[in-house]
Amino acid sequence: MGHAHESNTKRIWIVLAILSVVTAVEVGLGIAKPESLHLNGFGTSWLNWIFLILTIVKAYYIAWAFMHLEGEKKWFRRSLVWTAVFLISYLTFIVLIEGSYLHETLAPLVKW
Amino acid sequence: MGANIAVNSDNKETWGGGGAKPFGASYGKMMMWFFILSDALTFSGFLAAYGLTRFKFIDSWPIADEVFTHIPFIHGNFPMYYVAFMTFILIVSSVTMVLAVDAGHQMKQKKVAWYMFATIVFGLIFVGSQAWEWKTFIKGSYGAVKTSDNHILQFVKDGHQIALADFIHTDRKDDRIHHTRKNGLWFDQEPAIAQYSVAQVQEAFKKDPSLLIRTERVNPETKQKIVLSREESLAQLALATRVVEGANLIENEYGNPIFADFFFFITGFHGFHVFSGIVLNIIIFFNVILGTYERRGHYEMVEKVGLYWHFVDLVWVFVFTFFYLV
Repeated sequence: MGHAHESNTKRIWIVLAILSVVTAVEVGLGIAKPESLHLNGFGTSWLNWIFLILTIVKAYYIAWAFMHLEGEKKWFRRSLVWTAVFLISYLTFIVLIEGSYLHETLAPLVKW
Repeated sequence: MGANIAVNSDNKETWGGGGAKPFGASYGKMMMWFFILSDALTFSGFLAAYGLTRFKFIDSWPIADEVFTHIPFIHGNFPMYYVAFMTFILIVSSVTMVLAVDAGHQMKQKKVAWYMFATIVFGLIFVGSQAWEWKTFIKGSYGAVKTSDNHILQFVKDGHQIALADFIHTDRKDDRIHHTRKNGLWFDQEPAIAQYSVAQVQEAFKKDPSLLIRTERVNPETKQKIVLSREESLAQLALATRVVEGANLIENEYGNPIFADFFFFITGFHGFHVFSGIVLNIIIFFNVILGTYERRGHYEMVEKVGLYWHFVDLVWVFVFTFFYLV
């Protein structure tokens, strides 16, 4: 509350278009899996990088436009976004490294 | 208790934080945001656990677009189309929700009610689709066998996976029937048994020399599951102990059972959020028709429930990426 309440329908439709196009691109790439993107990459495949970045793009539009973070006070927005980004990056970093370690340690023990 | 609160408690807005608005956000909206933040961390915890497990079994993780290949009423192999449709439905429901909030700002009661109604309908389509997705996953598509080493073996013909029913044409010889209280031991019953016996599968496999076995292992060069030679296939199939059809929490025909466990748990937890969101939306919808917010002078309640509904969409964006795309 506290900000101007003019109608924002045009922006809403534009965001819908962006989200639909991004989803269509993701699904298209997911089905086609072009070899150059699927089998090469830095750390993980380029395809995975594209998916992760597009996911964050979608999350940004949902949070900023639909959940109206763009209209909130700067430090309120930061108290939410920075907290989440910091804790989630930390957790993901630790847990994925640990997962790779488990794989390296346990995979040689699996009988195929 | 009023004595301990430093704000004017004869104010009607005490429940709303006494009218104090840090960051210019009302009490309800701010608390909804902090709830969403904590819920987001819960989901991150689950998805991170999924990530850990997936990295742990990275050389044999099921390939999602070989698992989710069905769309309702149509036969064939359509990876991801249906889940793309579900994603789109949820995005559209987010749009109708945000349109309801927008109409609320302009105090247009009828418009708010219609947009809320549309949001509820799209939400129901989404949970319905998720239920169907679960049903299909539980039922399975091809069938497989499990070896004494607890690995899943699938069947391949001419480079494509083939269902048990497509190459087994003999009858069951072990006289095994599904025990229920009616026809088995009177005090005993068991979950549904597989349609075919292991011996039946092995016999049919030996008869058709064009059949091969596909293992759970992924070839890192091609990112495809490894298909064995005919000799290796026969050797592996000799180790089979169980026929596995579909997926449950203990075993699944697509590979590692923990894949199914995480799928059920995370999409289930998300589906439960969607369900609660629909219930909240219905409550608010009736309040809108009854004119509660018209009398209150503002539609902030619609905005707060809207935040929760968008959050459900936000989580789905991540679930979609990590279960179906990456």
